[in-house]
Formats: sequence, structure tokens, C-alpha cells
Amino acid sequence: MNSSVIIFPGSNCDRDMDVALKKFGFKNKMIWHNDTELPKSDLVVLPGGFSYGDYLRCGSMASKSKIIESVIKFAKSGGLLLGICNGFQILTETELLPGALLKNKYSEFICKNVFVKINNTENNYFKNIKKNILELHIAHNEGNFFCSSDQMKNINDNNQIAVTYCNKDGKINNNSNPNGAINNIAGLFNKQKNILGMMPHPERMIDTYLSGDDGSVFFQNLITNLK
Amino acid sequence: MEVNESLAIEHGLNKDEYKKICDLLKRIPNITELGIFSAMWNEHCSYKSSRLHLKNLPTKGKKVIQGPGENAGVVDIGDDDAIVFKIESHNHPSFIEPYQGAATGVGGIMRDVFTMGARPIANLNSIHFGSTQHKKTKSLLRGVVRGIGGYGNCIGVPTIGGQTCFDESYNGNILVNAMTLGLVKKNKIFYSKAAGINKPVIYVGSKTGRDGIHGASMASAIFDEKIEEKKPTVQVGDPFTEKLLLEACLELMAGDSIIAIQDMGAAGLTSSSIEMASKGKLGIELNLNKVPCRELNMTPYEIMLSESQERMLIVLENGKEKEAKKIFDKWNLDFSIIGKTTVSKKIELFYDEKKVADIPVDTLVENSPMYDRKWKKTKLPKKNKINKDSFKNLKILNVLNKLLSNPNICSKEWIWQQYDHTVMGDTIQKPGSDAGIVRVHGTNKAVAATVDASASYCYAHPLTGGKQVVCESWRNLISVGAEPIAITNCLNFGNPEKEKSMGEFVECVQGLGEASKYLNFPVVSGNVSFYNQTKEKGIKPTPSIGGIGLIKNYKDMITMGFKKIDNLVFVVGKTEGHLDQSVFSRDILNIKNGPPPEINLFNEKNNGETVLSLIKKKFIKSAHDVSLGGIIVALAKMCIKGKKGIEIKKPKQLINQFQYMLAEDQGRYIVEIEKENYKQFKEILEKNSVHYDELGVILDKYIVIDDKTKISIDDLILSNNNWLKKYMES
Repeated sequence: MNSSVIIFPGSNCDRDMDVALKKFGFKNKMIWHNDTELPKSDLVVLPGGFSYGDYLRCGSMASKSKIIESVIKFAKSGGLLLGICNGFQILTETELLPGALLKNKYSEFICKNVFVKINNTENNYFKNIKKNILELHIAHNEGNFFCSSDQMKNINDNNQIAVTYCNKDGKINNNSNPNGAINNIAGLFNKQKNILGMMPHPERMIDTYLSGDDGSVFFQNLITNLK
Repeated sequence: MEVNESLAIEHGLNKDEYKKICDLLKRIPNITELGIFSAMWNEHCSYKSSRLHLKNLPTKGKKVIQGPGENAGVVDIGDDDAIVFKIESHNHPSFIEPYQGAATGVGGIMRDVFTMGARPIANLNSIHFGSTQHKKTKSLLRGVVRGIGGYGNCIGVPTIGGQTCFDESYNGNILVNAMTLGLVKKNKIFYSKAAGINKPVIYVGSKTGRDGIHGASMASAIFDEKIEEKKPTVQVGDPFTEKLLLEACLELMAGDSIIAIQDMGAAGLTSSSIEMASKGKLGIELNLNKVPCRELNMTPYEIMLSESQERMLIVLENGKEKEAKKIFDKWNLDFSIIGKTTVSKKIELFYDEKKVADIPVDTLVENSPMYDRKWKKTKLPKKNKINKDSFKNLKILNVLNKLLSNPNICSKEWIWQQYDHTVMGDTIQKPGSDAGIVRVHGTNKAVAATVDASASYCYAHPLTGGKQVVCESWRNLISVGAEPIAITNCLNFGNPEKEKSMGEFVECVQGLGEASKYLNFPVVSGNVSFYNQTKEKGIKPTPSIGGIGLIKNYKDMITMGFKKIDNLVFVVGKTEGHLDQSVFSRDILNIKNGPPPEINLFNEKNNGETVLSLIKKKFIKSAHDVSLGGIIVALAKMCIKGKKGIEIKKPKQLINQFQYMLAEDQGRYIVEIEKENYKQFKEILEKNSVHYDELGVILDKYIVIDDKTKISIDDLILSNNNWLKKYMES
């Protein structure tokens, strides 16, 4: 399986993603933001970080970068496109995903483990996944997902919610919502379910000595589904 | 502008220093030259009050590749890998403008590390604030934490540990000390020593603005009520540019075009160019019209003294300019050839084709002032007589609950949750542990790092306090199973022109020198911050020690949480019952005087090495050093982390329960072992003549002292975790 990770100036989870993808069997290539063409890929990843410093709205500069046209083309033709953290923010800025990611409710950066419940398994990311609650790690300042009520209706009608923040027993409530995201949304699909944006970082949870191992469950399942 | 004595004094120089400058130059300096002298000769850059004493510190060792004097220290961790590390203060700017002050402190220390060719792999910090009752404390804490996070998180380097202290002596002078560790291959370390004549001198990074002019002089001044006016001298950080600079520099360093490289930190272009010239024993000529400027009409004076962030100076091999420029273009950074190396041994500056400064380098460096300041010894205070009556109305578990929510003991999760501590995917022990640990990427090795300070001990008796901080650092590393390697120190003190403050400095340095020599734990880098004083009130003497250690196989690391019910718990090291200067004495009995606990270096070393050997034999399941709050707090923290309880045996002690449980005697560790290892465990301790007491047996969910005295772990967690969060939200 071939994957590509896009590096924007200011990306800082690009290497972590490269390590994770390779660990689970992807042949990964790193693609510079000023390139215009993507190599043949089964999966394209927009990694976490602070693309172009994120001094404007997070992800907005990246959504105008040179490489992004090819990324959009790839996704619109059905290619698997995964955005983690800043990558999720870029996906909303390019309007490949609806809504926006606002400042966390208490406007503080949050770095901690959270639990998310998988809401939809009829897609290449979560099909046949062995767990329905994953313990993942978040590290962001702007992860408070927000959208209009019309957008929310579409999201629900098309079953686009991918993962929601919950407690360890799967209960979805305010206490388990770390950033104020509407309906506890932690990750979202497009209508076709080939694009996934997620605030949590599975690439930081790929062995038991790290903050946890549920990232392995995610990547292992993903590559198995693609094979 | 006419240069004269009073202008020199405005620049922070004294009369004698100004006279010396005129004598050395054999003329009156012009304004640019005066600015350069004032920057190079202030305390921050010249170490004029501290040099004499610092040279007694042990700086050598088998694993030391580079000691003090470079951008950072370097130690060998085997297999051609080396760790570059240093701690530095950014106290004055952080008090004036907490966000930017703290942010640029983090940025500056990371630059020191990647200047040497190392990719930063971990950040730590030691922060000290005034009393929690003081009106400024909350906003300063919030600003500093956001600043540290804002910078480190953006660069993508995990913040893996730190230390926070509240004490009224910092009401008018907070401390922000930032530490960075970087990883480098031994044969790819870069130094600041220029070499060769007619080599191009390159400026890269951000443009130069008017920010931070005289920042280094501000750092060497006492605060007064006009402090807010100094806001414009605080630099503004741009972590995004630093990230680009980091990647661009490392890309250039992969080749062989760099002769010398130096970041522009305190005193900017002045100190970076002069240091490179001085170390290489040659001259540097700069054309200031070539310096990329952010603002119009900047004068040579301003260009030379600006402390704009995220800039580097490089001496390149001839003919490599194009190749280097290509890399900086790729990362969208300024790249300008601003001068060359010369044989003159002078710093010569040109602006609009006129020579605007002409100073022999040695007058700025070798001939800079060095003072043997007067200092006063601190007598060892008398011990307080503690009798049973002192504890009459106290219940041990109430005391424990109080201590767990004491600002200096409670969980600092509110702080470190705002720091990205997991980026780079190698953090295997997070903040809140005895030491933070990161793996050496792609290997089985891991590096442990800790930062410690014990201002109350240092204040009570600087000599003992100085020793204690080094020992504490060593213990924290051993507690996670790491072999201690070396330390970096950040020495925060008051006004060195006052005999008392100078005495605190001299004796703390002496103490930390003695301990680091005895423990073979050399000092490889550091910085001194004097004048932490507002009007007449100085801070408590606060040396912050950053220690690092190596774990050969990261899977063997030790954590502090209790592991298994029925395992046995021991305290290694003798409990004498020393209560003076303990948190219990100071904050609960309200007895603030008395000596700090004694340091016995022989026991310290023997106990530490014995615990490490037990860890290597895999007898130890969890470990934690005994520090603030004594045995009872240490046990509670192990319970909290492991979500287990303990049944505390009635120990065969000769002293009162309060003294036994709350004393802060040094050189002690609490360890958990399995029952079947008891015999061997005991034999090793006895063979090494290490004292130990059995404390109890691990059980589920409660700390039990006797039938009537027990408390649930959930209650302890509440006391420990909520205090800071509630305080910040109130």
C-alpha cells in the first residue's frame, strides 16, 4: 500500500505519521507543499502541526497551498484522504469537510488522552475494527468543532460523524467533551466516507510504552481494509 | 550623540568600567561602540560577578564531550549518539510580559541546542511565582504557561517535565528557566569557533527589528516601579519562523559547508559575531547595510543591539554560499552575506561605506571586567526543638490531605496539560513523574531528564541547599532507572553587589560543586541570572538544576505508581526525623526557621547506586524518591499513580509518627518489591550497608494506618488534582 504525507512549513507531526504508517506496512512518501503532483497513493495524509504558523485561521493558508489542488482532485476521485488535527482543520478550510474548528472552550491548549466512540463502521477506516471505543491522544488549541444547524442536519442525514468524545465506558456527555465540540464530534467524514478528519492523534499511540496502543488498532485495521 | 560618562552610566556601565573602555581603546568610544561594550560587559554576557566562582565547578567526566563555554553542553550516550542540553533563564522579560517573555525563553534555549547540530527532542522548565495570595500570581502563571506552550507546541518538541514553586519571595520577580535536550551524532556537532580568513559571514532567519534592544542590560538591572516602561525591550517570539530555521539549519548541517554557527541570543548580532571571532582568535568585518531589517532607518547601534528572535550567524566555507542560500530560500528565510572573517582580531563595522565601529575583540572578551565581590557566609541556623506537643491536635491523614493540596506539592496537571508532551512519538514518561523520559528515536535507549530547585533549603543554608538540589536531581533520575550523566544549572540570585546575595551565590555554587564532584555528575552548561530583585527585596537563592540520565533499554524504566497488590514497600535510606524547613514545618506548624536537612554525600551515593543496582537486577517494581512532604506524601503519590492503596505497618521507629512520616531527610527512596525477592533484596542492602525500613503491603484503594485511620485513594486524588485547577478558575 502506498501512502503520502504532505509536509507544510510548520507541520510537526509529519515524521510521527511517517513512522506510524511504515510500522503498519505502508510504503510512505513525504510530499513538499510546493510540489504540484501527488505520487500514486492509496492514502494521503494531512498531518498535525501549525501549517504556515497558523497565524490566520488554522489551516487556512494550507488550504491555498500549491499541493492542495492535487489533494482535492485525489479526494474527489474517491481517494482516501486522512487529516489529523491541523489536517482536520485544513480539510474544513478547503471545504472538503463541513464546519469549522474553533478555539477550545476554555481557550487553552489541551494535551491528554481521551476516549472516542466509533460511530460509523461502513467505511475503509473503521470497517471490521476490533474495538468500538478507542483511547487516543489529543493535543490542540482549536478543536472545538462547530457547524450550522443546516450543516448538522446534513451531517446526520448522511451519517458523517466518524468518532465522538466519550468516557471510557462509551458514554457521550459534557464531562467527556474536552473542547466544547458540538455533539462531542471528534472526527468527521465527507458524504462518501473517503475523507476523514480527526482531532485525536492515532500516530502517537502506536505502542504500549507511549500514551497507549489504540492507534495501532486504527492503523492495523486501515491497512487490512485496503489490502 | 556625544558619548560621555553619564551616557555610559545610562547604559548600565559604571565609572571605572567607562574609564577602562577609554583606556583600552585609547580614545572615547562612539555611540555604537559604547552600545557594544555595554552589551558585552553587562552581567548577563560577561559573567563578571560569577566567573571567579563558576570556574571551581567540576565540568569534566568520561562522558562529557563539551563542557561550559559553548552554546550548550554535550554528553556521550553511546553508539555515536550525543545529547546536547542546557537550561537558561528568562526571568526579567517574563515578569514584564509573561507570554512573550516565557515564549522567547523557550525559543532561545532551543536555538542554543540546534545551533550545535542537534534536533531538540525534549523541553523542560522550572518556574517560580509569588505567593498564591499575591494579586499578580494568577495572571503571571497563566501567561507564562501559555507562552511556554505557545512556543514549544508550535515547534513540535514535547515538554516532558518541569517544576513549579510558589513563594512570596518571587512576588516581584518571577523565575522562568527553560531547558532543552537535543540529539546529535557525535561527528556532527557544530561549534561557534570561527576559523579561516576571508570566509563569508552569513545572516539567516528573521529580519532585525527594534525589539529587545538592550534586553541583556535589562536582565542585569533591578526592578523598580517603572518596570512596565521596559515592555518595549521584551522580544517577540515567532515559533513558526523558528521551526523553519530549525529545519533549514539541520538541512544545511547535513552537508559540510558550515565552519561555525552561533545563534543570536542576548545582545544579538553583537555577542554572536564577537563570540565567533573571539573563539577563533580572528577578526570579523560586517557591512550593516546588508543586514535584513524589518524597520526603516535603523541605525548601526540599533542593528547591533537588537534582540529580534529566530536569527543565526554562520561562517561558511568559501564557495558554499549558493548551496546554502538554496536551502534557506526553500524555507522562505532571509539569507544575506553580511561580512567576512579577517586577520585583524578586531570587530569592524561599516554602514553607508563609513566605518562605524572598530574594536579589538580581546578588549570586549578577555579584558571584560571580572569582580571578586564581597560576600557574607550564612551560618547554619539552630535546630528547632520539636516535641510531642507540637503535634497534639493534628491527625496524620488530615495533614496528608492538606499537604497533597499544598501549592508546592499538588498535581501540576493544569500546567502540563497545556504543553504538548507527546509530539515526536517517543515520550514514555510524562510530566508528573520523577523524571520525564524520551526514547532515542529508533533505538532501545532512552534519556531521562529532570529539573529541580529547592529555594527554601538554599535560603536557610546556601551551602547545604546547593548540595541538596544536585542530589535531588540525581535521585529523580535513579528513581526512573536512569544512570545519571550530567547537569546543567541556572543560577537565579539577587543583587551580587549586596554581600548577602553574593554570599548566597558563592555558597550555593560551592555546595553544588561539591555534590556534583562527589556524585561524578558534572556541570556541562548553564547560565547565571543576577539582579532578581525588586527595590530592596531579593528572591530566595534559587539554583535550578537540570539533570539527564541514560536508560540503556527503555523497557527497563521504572515508574512511580504501585503495581501489584500484596507487594512489599520499603523506604531505602535512614529517616532521622528532620522537620526543620520541611513543608510540614513551614506550612502547617508555621515554623519557618531552622536548618535544611543535612546532606551526607556518602550515603547519597551509596543509597542511589544500590537502588540502581536493584533496578538493574529487576527487583524493583516501582520507585519514587522521598522529597517534599516526606514518606507519607511520597507513598500517597505512588498510590495515586498506581490507583492502589497500602497498609502501613507500625514501623519499629524510635521517633514520633509525625516526625517519621513527614521528615524531609535526604537520600531516601521508596521502592516496591515482590515478596519472593525479599531475601535477595535485603541481602544486597545489608551488604552495601544501606539502611532500610519496611513500610507496608500494597492493597486495594485505601491507605490504612490502623483500624480507625484510613483514607481512600479517590479522596487523595481529589485533594491532589483539584487544587491548582480550582485556584486558576477562581
